[in-house]
Amino acid sequence: MECVFGLVGDGFALVAADTSAVHSILVHKSNEDKVMILDSHKLLGASGEAGDRVQFTEYIQKNVHLYEFRNGIPLTTAATANFTRGELALALRKNPYSVNILLAGYDKNIGPSLYYIDYIATLHKVDKGAFGYGSYFSLSMMDRHYKSGMSLEEAIDLVDKCIIEIRSRLVVAPPNFVIKIVDKDGAREYAWRESIKDAGVSAA
Amino acid sequence: MKLDLSGLQSFPSIPGSAVDDLGEDLFAAPSFQLPACSDFDGFQKDAIQMVKPAKGTTTLAFIFKEGVIVAADSRASMGGYISSQSVKKIIEINPYMLGTMAGGAADCQFWHRNLGIKCRLHELANKRRISVTGASKLLANILYSYRGMGLSVGTMIAGWDEKGPGLYYVDSEGGRLKGTRFSVGSGSPYAYGVLDSGYRFDMTVEEAAELARRAIYHATFRDGASGGVASVYHVGPDGWKKLSGDDVGELHYKYYPVAPTPVEQEMTDAPAA
Repeated sequence: MECVFGLVGDGFALVAADTSAVHSILVHKSNEDKVMILDSHKLLGASGEAGDRVQFTEYIQKNVHLYEFRNGIPLTTAATANFTRGELALALRKNPYSVNILLAGYDKNIGPSLYYIDYIATLHKVDKGAFGYGSYFSLSMMDRHYKSGMSLEEAIDLVDKCIIEIRSRLVVAPPNFVIKIVDKDGAREYAWRESIKDAGVSAA
Repeated sequence: MKLDLSGLQSFPSIPGSAVDDLGEDLFAAPSFQLPACSDFDGFQKDAIQMVKPAKGTTTLAFIFKEGVIVAADSRASMGGYISSQSVKKIIEINPYMLGTMAGGAADCQFWHRNLGIKCRLHELANKRRISVTGASKLLANILYSYRGMGLSVGTMIAGWDEKGPGLYYVDSEGGRLKGTRFSVGSGSPYAYGVLDSGYRFDMTVEEAAELARRAIYHATFRDGASGGVASVYHVGPDGWKKLSGDDVGELHYKYYPVAPTPVEQEMTDAPAA
């Protein structure tokens, strides 16, 4: 089942997520990227209902871009987090989106940051956070092994620890994960952790 | 002369009096019988689900070297009743794009026809055919806007556009997935079993069609709600073409011919005592 988690390190923030698209007992896809690159220095990791997840994250992305086009300056990570929270709160009493979000970003003069936003519009600035069934394993793992100011190598080590724990202890463990990072050089894909391949995807 | 208003009065009718029965029927407040159940909303929902045809289905589609293969069974069922064995579950949106039908037959048919109109309008406005990506997103956005209102659609949009072969899975929960291999419907787990083990990217059209046919056949064999004929389409650079439509009963005897059973023991007369 869904696993999204992230943490803040020394000069960077990172988001990891499973890549399974599941319908009841069927895995329709095992390379679905659930971590959106919002803009040059922001990552948006999302879990929740498939339709809502895509619709809502695209909506946020388009509005963040629109703000940048209009004003010539991008929203800060904090501003984006508050905007996202506001949209979720607005929808909450009408037609709520079932989406949980980890927003990671890097701002000049501020540095890396990570925000926890859930579907009932809770907003928290955190050092580490997780959503989904995987959170039961990755949260305690991160509580035990996380230190502030971790190097990229240490952080990836911790992410791999979490992934191994999820794969070995969670009944409905997803096979593949994607890890993305954001630092002063921008947001980018860091690595995939795959235990099965979707045949012929790259070829097509 | 006095007007008879006795029918308007509420008093217990005398059994056996025909005049009284008539009066009650004429003047009683409009009403209808309710089903005897405690959860009326649940009953209504179940009743609608029961008469919604084409619930049980097997459809599949995959991308390979020479394009896209789309295949489906042809059975429509309403609950336990098989209402048709000859349903066209592969919908021809335009000469380059196909849609598959799983879930509610009317919902699928209507929204595919609607998508066909939108695709044609795009073609007229832009002087080029719509991409599979664009078409699938049109449908996904419509379905998302009706989310939670009871639509039941599970479809694959397959086709050939300027970028080559395209395949998307779209459903009424608002989900839209790009992929190379999908199967939808109650028989899909069985179809996946055959499809995943036999799939190679560099198949010929004949091999791919045979794989699709076999996957549908095996799904109809195990899934009671799938059956009829297994139709197979291929979409290449020049548009789609129907390759085959075989009765799965006949496919069964083709794949597993009846072997004469050797007689193990001949019956003989009991020896006279």
